[in-house]
Amino acid sequence: MDDRRRVRLPTRLHPARPPLTGLLVGRLLLLPVLVAVVTLVMFALAQRTPFDPVLATLGERALTMDGPTLEAMRDRASDTGAVQQWAAWWGNALQGDLGVSSSQRSPVSTVIAQRLPWTLGLMSAALVLAVLGGVLVGGLAGTRPGSWADRAVGGGLLATQAAPPFWVGLVAVWVFAVWLGWLPTGGATSPGSGSVEALDVLRHAVLPVLVLALSQLPWFGLVVRDATRDALAGVPVRAGWARGIPTARLLRQHAVRPALLPLVTVLGVRVPELITGAVLVETVFSWPGVASATVDSALRLDFPLLAALTVLTTVLVVLGNLAADVAYRVVDPRVGRRDG
Amino acid sequence: MTAEGWREVAGARSRPWAGTRHAVARGGSGPWWVALGGVVVVVLLLGAGAADQRADFEQAFLPPSAEHPFGTDQAGRDLLARSLAGARVSLLVGLVAALVSSVVGVVVGGLAGSLASRAGGVVDGVLMRVVDAVNALPHLVLGIVIVALLGPSLGSVILSVALTHWTTTARLVRAELLALEGVGFVEAAVGAGAGRWWVLSRHLLAHVMGRVVLATVLMVPHAIMHESALSFLGLGLPDDQASLGTIIEQSRTAVLAGHWWPAVLPGLLLVALSLVVFVLGERLRPVSWGRS
Repeated sequence: MDDRRRVRLPTRLHPARPPLTGLLVGRLLLLPVLVAVVTLVMFALAQRTPFDPVLATLGERALTMDGPTLEAMRDRASDTGAVQQWAAWWGNALQGDLGVSSSQRSPVSTVIAQRLPWTLGLMSAALVLAVLGGVLVGGLAGTRPGSWADRAVGGGLLATQAAPPFWVGLVAVWVFAVWLGWLPTGGATSPGSGSVEALDVLRHAVLPVLVLALSQLPWFGLVVRDATRDALAGVPVRAGWARGIPTARLLRQHAVRPALLPLVTVLGVRVPELITGAVLVETVFSWPGVASATVDSALRLDFPLLAALTVLTTVLVVLGNLAADVAYRVVDPRVGRRDG
Repeated sequence: MTAEGWREVAGARSRPWAGTRHAVARGGSGPWWVALGGVVVVVLLLGAGAADQRADFEQAFLPPSAEHPFGTDQAGRDLLARSLAGARVSLLVGLVAALVSSVVGVVVGGLAGSLASRAGGVVDGVLMRVVDAVNALPHLVLGIVIVALLGPSLGSVILSVALTHWTTTARLVRAELLALEGVGFVEAAVGAGAGRWWVLSRHLLAHVMGRVVLATVLMVPHAIMHESALSFLGLGLPDDQASLGTIIEQSRTAVLAGHWWPAVLPGLLLVALSLVVFVLGERLRPVSWGRS
C-alpha cells in the first residue's frame, strides 16, 4: 500500500562507463544484433506494404507474363513469412550472396564494390575540409568573442546550416558549371573517356566535395568556436595571463587542446549527418557512389540493394560512434581516470 | 492537510505557461521576433499564394519581372504563387510531423523515465535500446526506406519524418523525469499522499511540458528540411501537392539550361522559412527554461 505511493527513481543519472576493452567487446557484440533487428523490421515492413516483390524482381519481364503465372508467384511469395524471408536472406548473405540488384543490373556485391570507393573518397575529402575550415573559422570567432568577426561567423554558419545541401549544390552547378563554365556539371568522369584519369576525376570532384564540406562546416565551426571561447575564459588561461605568459603561447598550450577535444570526440558521431549529406550531394552531382545508389534502389523498389545498403549504413554509423567513444578516452585523460 | 488543499498548491506549481508573458517581455527583442514569426507562419498557413497556378507554355521560363517576381517555371506557372503554396505544404508537413514525433517522444520518454526504477529497469532498458536502434541509422536513409516501402504520399512522408525524429524528445523527457527525483515539490506531493499517476501527470509531465513545446518548435525546421530532401530525391509529395523540395527538384533541368530562378528563389524561401521558425524557437527558449 505504502510502496505503491512512493515514487522511486534511480539515484545515478549516468551509469559508470565500462572500461575500454569492455566497451569495445560490448559494442561489437551488439552490432550483429542491431543489424539483424534493422533488417527484420525492413522485411516485416515490406510485407505489410504495397511493395510487390514479384514485380520488383521481374521488372519488364512481368509485362509479357500471363496473369495466372504472376498470381502463382505472388502466392508463393506471400506464403513465406517475413521471418523466413529474412532468414533466407541472411543465409545467402553470410555466404557472400547478396542477391542481384534490379536497378543496377548486376550482383549487389559488385555494385557495392564498384561504388563504395567513390563515396568513401568523397566523404573523407569533405570531412577533412570541413574540419580544417571549422577549426579556422571557429578559432577566428572564438578568440575574438563579441567582435564583428565573431558575429559574422555566427550568422554565416547559422545561415549555412539552414541551407539544404541539395539547393547549395544546384546553385553551385549553375554558378560554376553553367554560368562560368569552369567545372563539369556532374558525374565523376568525362563521358567518352573510357579510363579513369586522376586530373579528370579531380575536376569532377571539386564541386561535390566543396558542397558536402560546406554542409558539415557549421557544426564543426560552432563547436570549435564555443570550446575556444570557454577555454579562453577558463581559469588556466586567466592565471597564465596574470603571470605574464604571452598570448600566443597561452593559446597554443591552454586553448587548442581543450578546444579540439570536443571536435575529436564528435567526429564519429557526425557519420549519420555525413551520410545524409552524401545522399543529397551524390544525387545532385550524379556521383557514382553508394549513397546515390540508395536513392535509386528506393525509387525503383530494388529491395536486395536497398537492404544491403541499409546494413552497410548501420555498420558505418555504429563504428563511427564506437570510434568517437574510443577517441574520447584516448584524447581526454580525465575520462579514464575518473571512471577507473 | 486535505487533498483539496494540496491540489491548489500543486495546480499553482504545474501550470506550464505561468509567467510566460513576463519572460517574453524580458527577452529584449523577443516579442517582435515572436510576433513576426507568428505572422509569417499564420499567413502562410492561411493559404497566401493559393492564387493563379495555371500552366501557360508560351510563358515558360520568363525571368523575374514586376509581373512575376520569381519568374515562371517550365510550364509557365508563376513561381512566386507556386513557391508560397509549396512553403505552405512544407510548413504543414513540418508542423504535423513535429507534433506526431513529440507525442511519440513524450509517451516513450515518459514510460522509460517513470519505469526506470521498476522491475529492474527492464522497460527503460528496452525502450532506450529502441532509441539507440533508431538513431543507428541516418534519419534520411531511414526515411528513404520508409517512404520506399510505404509508397510516396503525404501520409508516408509525415510518418517517415515523425518516426525518425521522436528520439530526441524521448531522451529529453526521460532525462528530465530522472532529474526530478527527490525535488521538493515531488516529495511534498508524495508526502501529502499523491499517487504515482497523479505525480506523473500533474507534476512531472507538467514540469517538462515547457521544454517539450520548445523541442517541438525547434523540430519543425528539421522536419521541413527532411521533407524537402525527400521531395527533392523524388520520394516525397506528388506534383499537385508540390512542396518547396518538389519545386527545387523540378528545376534541375532548368538550371542546366541556364535558368537560375526556378532553383535559387524557391530555395531562398526555404532557407528563410526554416530560419524564421528556428529563431522563433530560440526566442521561446528563455520562456521554457525560466521556470526551472
